[in-house]
Formats: sequence, structure tokens, C-alpha cells
Amino acid sequence: MAAAVLLRRIPAARAPAAAALIGARSISDSTAPLTIETSVPFTSHIVDPPSRDVTTTPAELLTFFRDMSVMRRMEIAADSLYKAKLIRGFCHLYDGQEAVAVGMEAAITRKDSIITAYRDHCTYLARGGDLVSAFAELMGRQAGCSRGKGGSMHFYKKDANFYGGHGIVGAQVPLGCGLAFAQKYRKEETATFALYGDGAANQGQLFEALNISALWKLPAILVCENNHYGMGTAEWRAAKSPAYYKRGDYVPGLKVDGMDVLAVKQACKFAKEHAIANGPIVLEMDTYRYHGHSMSDPGSTYRTRDEISGVRQERDPIERVRKLILGHDLATPAELKDMEKEIRKEVDDAIAKAKESSMPDTSELFTNVYVKGFGVESFGADRKELRATLP
Amino acid sequence: MAAASSLHATAAPVAAAAAGSRSVSAARSVRVAGSGAARAGGRMVARAATKADSPASAASSKSDGHEVLLFEALREALIEEMKVDPTVCVFGEDVGHYGGSYKVTKGLADMFGDLRVLDTPIAENSFTGMGVGAAMKGLRPVIEGMNMGFLLLAYNQISNNCGMLHYTSGGQFKIPVVIRGPGGVGRQLGAEHSQRLESYFQSIPGLQMVACSTPYNAKGLMKAAIRSENPVVLFEHVLLYNLKEKIPDEEYVLCLEEAEMVRPGEHVTILTYSRMRYHVMQAAKTLVNKGYDPEVIDIRSLKPFDLHTIGNSIKKTHRVLIVEECMRTGGIGASLRSAIIDNFWDYLDAPIMCLSSQDVPTPYAAPLEDATVVQPAQIVAAVEQICQ
Repeated sequence: MAAAVLLRRIPAARAPAAAALIGARSISDSTAPLTIETSVPFTSHIVDPPSRDVTTTPAELLTFFRDMSVMRRMEIAADSLYKAKLIRGFCHLYDGQEAVAVGMEAAITRKDSIITAYRDHCTYLARGGDLVSAFAELMGRQAGCSRGKGGSMHFYKKDANFYGGHGIVGAQVPLGCGLAFAQKYRKEETATFALYGDGAANQGQLFEALNISALWKLPAILVCENNHYGMGTAEWRAAKSPAYYKRGDYVPGLKVDGMDVLAVKQACKFAKEHAIANGPIVLEMDTYRYHGHSMSDPGSTYRTRDEISGVRQERDPIERVRKLILGHDLATPAELKDMEKEIRKEVDDAIAKAKESSMPDTSELFTNVYVKGFGVESFGADRKELRATLP
Repeated sequence: MAAASSLHATAAPVAAAAAGSRSVSAARSVRVAGSGAARAGGRMVARAATKADSPASAASSKSDGHEVLLFEALREALIEEMKVDPTVCVFGEDVGHYGGSYKVTKGLADMFGDLRVLDTPIAENSFTGMGVGAAMKGLRPVIEGMNMGFLLLAYNQISNNCGMLHYTSGGQFKIPVVIRGPGGVGRQLGAEHSQRLESYFQSIPGLQMVACSTPYNAKGLMKAAIRSENPVVLFEHVLLYNLKEKIPDEEYVLCLEEAEMVRPGEHVTILTYSRMRYHVMQAAKTLVNKGYDPEVIDIRSLKPFDLHTIGNSIKKTHRVLIVEECMRTGGIGASLRSAIIDNFWDYLDAPIMCLSSQDVPTPYAAPLEDATVVQPAQIVAAVEQICQ
């Protein structure tokens, strides 16, 4: 992928670099606008695409770097924890795809809703979730974001309008259209981003929900995170038409370089405006996952190591932003390295804290099955020994 | 009356507080009806048995009450709740302009607009999922399956998302949906339209299930289901929509988890629900003539079971007969039997008998269909056997 062409319209105000002076120049926190071109133009289906020129600021670019680095570090740490058997069951890692979560967040507010499938750790962080709750949930502790009862595939954050966290492929898309329905019902002027993968794109319920959303003009944005593999099946073996952005048929679509955080930001901003005014739109994020489908999948039986390292060389989202930052002189390589060291420590500290937190109490087995207590004391057939009034 | 709101208009926002919105502290004349002991005084209404007997459970009320058919009672409940709570909406096929295939939602689209009474395409999986998603965001959808059997297409949404999201999110999201529709064996509707989904849904954790059987309990249970914070599946029956009964004028809500005492007795506890209640009551007439005194309980709450009422009855009679329309294998009766054995074994003087439908697809031919479900004569024979 060619390096982004740098178009500096307004020179950013900054102090000169002077390595000799102690604490000479800090990382730029300037909010002066900066315009950067996306890696490739957008491809669109029955809609005029947005411009390739994305407005950002030095501060925002550094936030992108930081946020994506935290996510990357978290996922790699989760890999080690899984191998150490502290995380069990299924664990689907997002490293490689960070730009989608971060770019989307930059384009919207916390009043907009996001729902995704099981590769949800980083989306949780992007929505304001904290590392300790994330690791605690992965390790099944009470301090986890779902009190240890959900696990890797069930992260949620209600106060940030993050609706999870779903294990069954494709089932979250109708839920997402329902969220959009509620937004329209309440006249909220917000939108819902319903994320799914290239594997889920072949689910019938997606098209059902898209039909209903188009009929009822719901502010639903269906985002296909196309990492080109549905577990072990490459997209060309699963989809007769892998042009996922076109598969809405009567619904407009946009194809986006999902490894370019600025492109993602631009596309999501465009999509939100479109969805609120005109109804659903499909976004296809061309992205890639470095890990296998989950920790049980080595990820190398259906793709070559060359392909994986090739993408890492050419398209890594964090490296792209690093180049932008260094190219615009917004920070020095040493400062970015320091930031990464700091992030590594932050993640390690969070893991240590999460490791200390306790397992849920046995009584938690029966909490949150129902919301409110029942009118009568019940002894269900499934609770032979425990004669308790349901909480 | 709430202003009709349109799906396609971009008009001014609907008033957040509809006129007549309730304040929690205001005293209201809502009577939460207690268990049926006060009501049922053995009032067996003698009437030419055509379809089913009229329920002998008209509540005592201050005013005279008004007569309704069961589907009208359901509609009254929906209208009352939709007037008071602007988050209640209805999803389903042909519920709006057509008025509902069993007329439960007739007139609602005109009253409340097509943003609140939504005609969906034939896409159960997705519109059930959409209802769950809307509930996650604070609405209270009432999702209709035109026939309960169609909801099998939405099984994943009902099981994983509807039932389990409150738990897997650690209590963050609640799903206050009502999933309702007609089920059961009808009049020669064929195998695919004669399903009894209560047996399939009963193991889903997080769901509540109730079955209505009279206009009185239909209205009360519908209101309770809409107000409940838990997802509730309300099982109606295709053959019971035209039952007529006088119901109170004043507002009332029933307890979802409570069973209904239909006919107190001493000799045997007969547990039943939905349409089989009427077969049981028909059999009860014969049994009374033969000198038996059956206690008939309409369990109403299929999940969880009201073991309090059931237990008190068993402690009195020591004999249990379950009469259900589910199939023998894995039905409500099977679970109920198991629950009774676990909790009340010491009180039983005879093995629990369970009469269920046959484990066959419901045939089309009339005599075969009749043989699929439990008939009053079989109930009489079973009671005679238990009480030996």
C-alpha cells in the first residue's frame, strides 16, 4: 500500500526539536486541523462516496496511536493468558483490526449505538471500557464487565451504548436494527452501527433485517468487517459475491480500507449522516486479523505465513499512523517508543489487578436470570437443593 | 389517547408524557387479583357443550362488568397498556392494517399509528431479534407470532438473545418483551400449524411462560406480561379466542407466577392449562355425577411452576393427574411431574398420572386429530384409576 500523501494545508504550530535540551519538546497535543488523504479512494454502490481528504488534528492522530497500541497490547497479552490457561473457552482476538474500532469511535458519539459479534474486546475498550474489567471478565472474575458470567464473547457497556458481545454469528444484526428502531421511535437523531464479519454476511437474517430497516428507514449502518476468512473458509469459497458493500442491493454501500483509521473515520461520519437522513447503508471494511479465528485456530492452515507477514509489513494500522506522526513531526520515535512502554506497563498492571480479583460467589449462579423477584416463592424443577426466593 | 405516530413522517416529536401517564405514587384503582379461591364457588355453568364450556371464574366486581370475547380481552389489555406507556409497541405480521389474523390487534394501528403497531414482512428471525434489540434500548415490544409455530424460526433469538442477555451482560440489559401468539391443536389445521411450543421453550433460562385460558385471565396476564421486566412468552390457543365472559370494568392485573383454582375438591388434584382446562371441566361434570370430588387447578404459569398452590393442593388430596396438550415426550407435564416428585413425594398416595397428546405430528383427518389430544373420557378413566 502506498504511503499516505501528506497534504498540509495549515502549518501546525510547534516548537523546534532540540534533543540537547532536557524535556525539550513534548508530544504534540495541538488541535490545529490537519488534512490527510486516505490510502485509497472509497468505492461506492448507489451513493456518491465521501472525499478522500480527511480532517484530523495532531492530538487526534496521537490518540489514534495510543488507543490502537493499547488494543494491540491487550490482545497480545490475552494470547499469553490463554496459553497460560487463565482464559478458557473461546477467545477471538482483534489484533490487526484496531483501526475499525478506533476510527468508528472518532466519527460518532457515545449516544450512538454499537453492536458487534464475539471479537469484541477492543470495541469494548473503544467505547470507554477499562482494561481491568476486560481482563477480569476474560478470566471469569467477579470484577469483570459482565461479572464473570459472560466471558470473552459477552462484553457489554450499557452506559456507553455498547450492546455487545454476541456468540451466534449474524444474530446481532437484527438486534442492531432493533436498536436503530428504538432510536427512530424516540426521535433521537443517533445511529446504530451493527458490525458483522464476512462469514456472517451470508446469514439470511441479515437480509431480512436490512429489508425491514430499508422499509422503515431506520438509522442502521451495517458494517462488514471483512477480514477475508470466515474461520477457515476464505471469502471466495463462501460468498458467490464477495463484494459485501454491494450486497445490500437497493441499500447503498461503501467499501473502505479498514486498515486506515482515517478512512474508517471518514466513512463512519458519512454513514451516520446518511443513515439518519435516508435509512440504512452498508459499510465494508477491508481489514485483516493476524491471529487465527480464535485461540483454537493457528490461522495458518488456510492462509500462508507470507500473506500474514505481508499484510503486517504493508498495511498495519498502527505503523501507518506512526509514519504519519513521524512524517508530520508530531513526536519523535523515542517518544512513541516510550508511549508504547508505558502502555505495556499499563496493560501488565491491569492484568495483575485482574488476577487478584476473586471468582464470583456461588450465589451469583442464580442472580440476573430474571430481573425482578417473583410474586410467590418458587421451587423450580431445576433448583432441587436450593430453596430460595429468586432474586 | 396517545397521538398516532407515523413510521414514515418526520413530524414533531411525540409528547414524552402522554396525557394520563401514570405516576407511581398516585393511588390507582388497580386490583391485583388474588388467587381464585374466593371466586370459584363451584359455579359450574350448565350449558349445551358446543365448543368449550364457559369459564366459571368471573371475578366479583363492584360494577357489573362487561362481556368480551377472549381476543377482545387481549386487545383491551394491549390498548390500556399502550395508552399509559409510550414505550409499548407491537411487532408482527398483519397486525396493523389487516387488524391481526385473529383480530387481537384490530383498530390499534388507527389508534396508535404505524410507528407503534408495526406490520413486519414474513421474517420471524429478524423481527424477533429486532424486538429484542429495541428492548435492550428501553422499549417494550409485544412480538406476535401469527401462529406460535412460526416462532421456531426465531428460536435462536428467543433462546440466546431474549432469554440470556440479562445474565450474560451481568444484569446490564433487561429484555421486557412479550412474545405471544396462538398455538395448540386447532381444527384440522395440519401438523405444522398445530404446534405446542411450550415444550421447546421451557428449558430456556431467563424466560417466563404463561398460558391464558379465559377472557379474564387473558387480559390480566397480558397486562402483567407487558409490565414485567422479564421476557414473557404468552401462549394463547387457536380455539379459545371466541370464548365469552363478563370481565370487570375496573382495571386489574394478574400475577404471572400464580396458578388459578378453578374448582376446589378433595379427592384428586388435576393440573391443567389452556384448552385442556375445558376438557377437564367437562370430565369433572361426569366425575361429580359419579361421586368424585376433583380439585381442578389451571396452572397458568408454565415457567416457573406455582408449586405453592400446587403443593397445597397435593398436601390435601394426595393424588395428582396432569392433563396437558403437549406431547408426552419432554412436555410441560414431564417437567411438572418431575418437580412434584422432587418436592412433594411424601404426600403422594398414588403414582402421578400424566395425560398428554400423542408423540405424532398432528394429522389432518378429524377422527385422527381427535385421537391425538386428550379427550374428557380419558380424563374420567384416569381419575377413576387414580382414586381406586
